[in-house]
Amino acid sequence: MHWTNAVAVLMMIASGWRIWNNDPIFPAIEFPVTWTLGGEPALTYRLHGDAGFGNALLWHFAFMWLLVLNGLAYLAYGVVTGRFRRMLWPIRPADLVATIKDALRFKLGHDDVTMYNAVQKVLYVGVMAALVVIVAAGLAIWKPVQLHWLTALFGGFQGARLVHFLAMSAIVAFLVVHVALALLVPRTLLAMVTGGPSVPARRLPASLHTVPGE
Amino acid sequence: MSDAPRFASMFKPAGGVDQTILSEQAHLVASINRRGLLRGAVSLGALTMLTGCDVSNDEQVRGVLKRVSAWNDRVQTTLFDPNKLAPTYSEAEVLKPPRYNAYYPIDKVKPVDRTVWRLELTGLVSDKRPWNVSQFAAMPQEEWIIRHVCVEGWDYVGQWSGVNLRVFLEKIGADTTAAYVNFRCADGYTSSIDMPTALHPQTILATKYARETLADPFGAPLRLRTATKLGFKNPKWITGLEVSNTRGGGYWEDRGYNWFSGL
Repeated sequence: MHWTNAVAVLMMIASGWRIWNNDPIFPAIEFPVTWTLGGEPALTYRLHGDAGFGNALLWHFAFMWLLVLNGLAYLAYGVVTGRFRRMLWPIRPADLVATIKDALRFKLGHDDVTMYNAVQKVLYVGVMAALVVIVAAGLAIWKPVQLHWLTALFGGFQGARLVHFLAMSAIVAFLVVHVALALLVPRTLLAMVTGGPSVPARRLPASLHTVPGE
Repeated sequence: MSDAPRFASMFKPAGGVDQTILSEQAHLVASINRRGLLRGAVSLGALTMLTGCDVSNDEQVRGVLKRVSAWNDRVQTTLFDPNKLAPTYSEAEVLKPPRYNAYYPIDKVKPVDRTVWRLELTGLVSDKRPWNVSQFAAMPQEEWIIRHVCVEGWDYVGQWSGVNLRVFLEKIGADTTAAYVNFRCADGYTSSIDMPTALHPQTILATKYARETLADPFGAPLRLRTATKLGFKNPKWITGLEVSNTRGGGYWEDRGYNWFSGL
């Protein structure tokens, strides 16, 4: 589910940037066309009479289904199996401070990649929240009449566009940090591709020890 | 596939799945080899990541994307509530003049001579006599102050008045059980809308903006204004209206924009 999400998010960002370029809220921000999805402008215009905006819309409104369906499946899985509660909860401010201190002294532990530190928990919960917000704002932009209460919630059509953009910015900022740190600890990637980590000594919480007599 | 009895699913068509498509495409399915498919998928992914360009213009990729867009039309048809009104606004919020937009710049607008202009009626309509400007002026008028939302992302509040499209369709004896209303325009532009949108209370054939006769750049003498569609689904300088069960397509729709484009 993570890799499906990765593909969906990247495709949504690349096509979304092309759509943004057509009528940016902040004209100073323009995304390089080569980083966007929609086709090389001159070629696309020659082929379809449109410089790629139409293609970008096709991509965006196709991959939204993958993003939303995979995201819903992931959230349901996380809640039902208790994975979210186990991995992401609790988030204690004291742990957060401790993790930041460890990180600054280069003492972060990576022995067990199945355990998240407090900063990881905050970032993972944060990026999930950003994804929920970006989908809600996207719906408000797509259906400002049928879902006008939702559009009103974002302060109107332009408000929803702004939130959609800011949530994208947050997700991109997360991605930069997330990918860089994952590359620093390659073992995590191996675990993600093979489906399971090799952990030398599993340190399970006492509550999860179910074997009698142990 | 096993022959074990299956439970009826609400997602399955009652009469079973139509097998003709499968049998017609059997040779295609047989020709799919797994290694080739895998190689194709990998190179598609690589292309997407490396160039982000050519893949958008690959006809097969574009075909799949357009099929998803057709699926989105169906989803939006279901989402569309024919009785739900779009929010309306106060006169103080109206942008004057409205924002100009067409597939060419404003200095290329060719004004339509309103004295010789006629609206041609074709298709499933019992009275096909063309209409002129004074006939539209003689009809009951109504006004809507509604938001115009462009597919590009900009919007503004506009004050439009003219003849309600449902009233007009009934007047000309149109078959309102038909599926589509297709439009063609003086500048070669075309568009088409579904009948439920055509019959929506906030869909009008507009002749005025902010109580003044519509100016040339904004579609004079007659344009469509519907509160439940994106801007490009509101053709200007209309010269032909067709009621049909065949979808007429459209200028931007044929260039890949989603056909339904409902708000």
